[in-house]
Amino acid sequence: MSVEVNALLRTVPGAQAPLLDNVSLHVPDGMFVALVGPSGAGKTTLLRAIAGLDPYRAGTVSLDGHVMTGVQARAGKIGFVFQNYALFPHMSVARNIAFGLDVLPAATRPPRAQVAARVAELLDLMQIPTLGQAYPSRLSGGQRQRVALARALATGPGVLLLDEPFGALDPIVRRSIRTWLRDLHDRLGLTTILVTHDQEEALEVADRIVVMQNGRIVQDASPQELDCNPATDFVMEFLGEAVSFPGHVQGGMMYAQDEAIQPFSVPAHLADGPATAMIRPYEIGLVPQATDSGPAPVRAVPRGVRGGYRHYAVQVGARSVPFFVAQERDGLALEGRALDISRARLFRDGRACL
Amino acid sequence: MKHSFFAFMRKTGTSLPGFRLTLGATLVWAGFLVAFPLCALLARPWQDGVGAMVAALHDSRMFAALWTSFSSAAIAAACNVPFGLMLAWALARGQLPGRWLADALIDLPLALPTAVSGITLATLYGPNGWLGAPLSRLGITVSYTRAGIVVALMFVGLPFVVRAVEPVLRNLPHDLEEAAVLLGARPWQVVTRVLVPPLLPAVVTGFGLAFARGVGEYGSVIFIAGNQPFRSEIAPLLIVVRLQEFDYAGATAVALILLVISLLVLLLVGSMRRKLALWSEPA
Repeated sequence: MSVEVNALLRTVPGAQAPLLDNVSLHVPDGMFVALVGPSGAGKTTLLRAIAGLDPYRAGTVSLDGHVMTGVQARAGKIGFVFQNYALFPHMSVARNIAFGLDVLPAATRPPRAQVAARVAELLDLMQIPTLGQAYPSRLSGGQRQRVALARALATGPGVLLLDEPFGALDPIVRRSIRTWLRDLHDRLGLTTILVTHDQEEALEVADRIVVMQNGRIVQDASPQELDCNPATDFVMEFLGEAVSFPGHVQGGMMYAQDEAIQPFSVPAHLADGPATAMIRPYEIGLVPQATDSGPAPVRAVPRGVRGGYRHYAVQVGARSVPFFVAQERDGLALEGRALDISRARLFRDGRACL
Repeated sequence: MKHSFFAFMRKTGTSLPGFRLTLGATLVWAGFLVAFPLCALLARPWQDGVGAMVAALHDSRMFAALWTSFSSAAIAAACNVPFGLMLAWALARGQLPGRWLADALIDLPLALPTAVSGITLATLYGPNGWLGAPLSRLGITVSYTRAGIVVALMFVGLPFVVRAVEPVLRNLPHDLEEAAVLLGARPWQVVTRVLVPPLLPAVVTGFGLAFARGVGEYGSVIFIAGNQPFRSEIAPLLIVVRLQEFDYAGATAVALILLVISLLVLLLVGSMRRKLALWSEPA
């Protein structure tokens, strides 16, 4: 089931900036999309607007081309997993899962045995086959998460909306449950929209990542595209550790303000003027020093090993710049004449210009 | 049972600091304030001999008064449940202007001297009162009947239901309703299947408190009840009447039965509440 969000506007009285500022988004059938951004960016607001839980002032939300009016129109078509799961505390796990079927009008409600079979099937799918009679207060976070998911899927919705579903889980459970979730999405042929503030999580599970900031979509692209061509300095910063070097472009060369940065050439079409170079720590290099020119102005100090990279810190002017080298690159010189940041992206007034 | 009690006592000094001291203080305190007077009440009726007690129990006026008290208290508490639920709902969820004032007003019946509320209600519902006159034209008499007793008990019992339900309702996450609606529940299904069941233990507690207060209520009832023996005389009033007649055996007999039945009802309410709240017990 495809989801089409068209020029959605949501304002709150008293607040200057709208919560959602003309947000448009198209999610084709079967895609897994992650909404990422800092707190207050409007991710959850957008998700709730898609589900019809909050009113919006203008714009439309369509499922498979049909414009949805109220939350009732979406019932059964959209499965929603709340951040704190919102399980009904007084119902057993099985009753929770069956809720969406139990509330159907008598004419369309499947017979008891069929509901029970569906519950058993979902419990199996969630890998919690023995928990049917337990009450939510006795479950662990990961189990509650699965029950919430099973409840959302019971009516066979085409769209699954997840609001920070991994927030309350410990790191190991988090990792296993997100690969499992991606697998579930593929098996059931769902269209999934996931809200998360963890960019790594988004990069791992999603086909497409939508970065939001201040109620707007800043960039909507594949993880690959996002990593290579971030649209703004914010996206670059948000997707992972980045170091920025302010400076200016002149005659096809970028000159950073810091002395210890080697100027590098940029495409000739780039107009002269101020610009900021941003680079990931693992893309930084050292320019080797000529053997006879005295002590090196730039030297890297070891800062431990993480995730296959040796971490170093390089003193550049008054600040310390992180600098990562892949483990397998042995025998690399740790001193040099200058830092090589020629793999940096250039931004002017916050927007990519390279 | 016995074993677990001793196990509980032996735990002293293991995990909780000052456990022995606090337990001792609690037992002494509760003993002097609650258990001691109740024991005295249990012992007193038999002081004039078993024969006097048995004679005092052969009193149909007393049983009529007890029946009036218990049935009126139960009806009033039951009527307070829906009103209390709605009030608690409005307080916890509504964004009404002046909510703080309504909040304070609800507790006012607890602070008001009961005689004041009794006289006020009697005046309002009297044959010429603001509410009594229009009601009597409709053929409904409230004052000096059992209906008057129920009205007075509803007045004093309402805060108990509201205050028992409100905090639970406030803690009920709003997304339960949203989840139910998204799963296709219609509004009445959201109320009956998602909102009311988690509130039931609190509702039963509120009912029990309002009922207990209603059974013991004296001041606000006697002005509106008319106090006719066998018809609208409540048990607490009968105790006072017996005392004025220097019939101490009769007075304590009423008190004893009042006490025993109230205890039984409260035990029943407690077990019902536990049964309804089974789901909330952690593993």
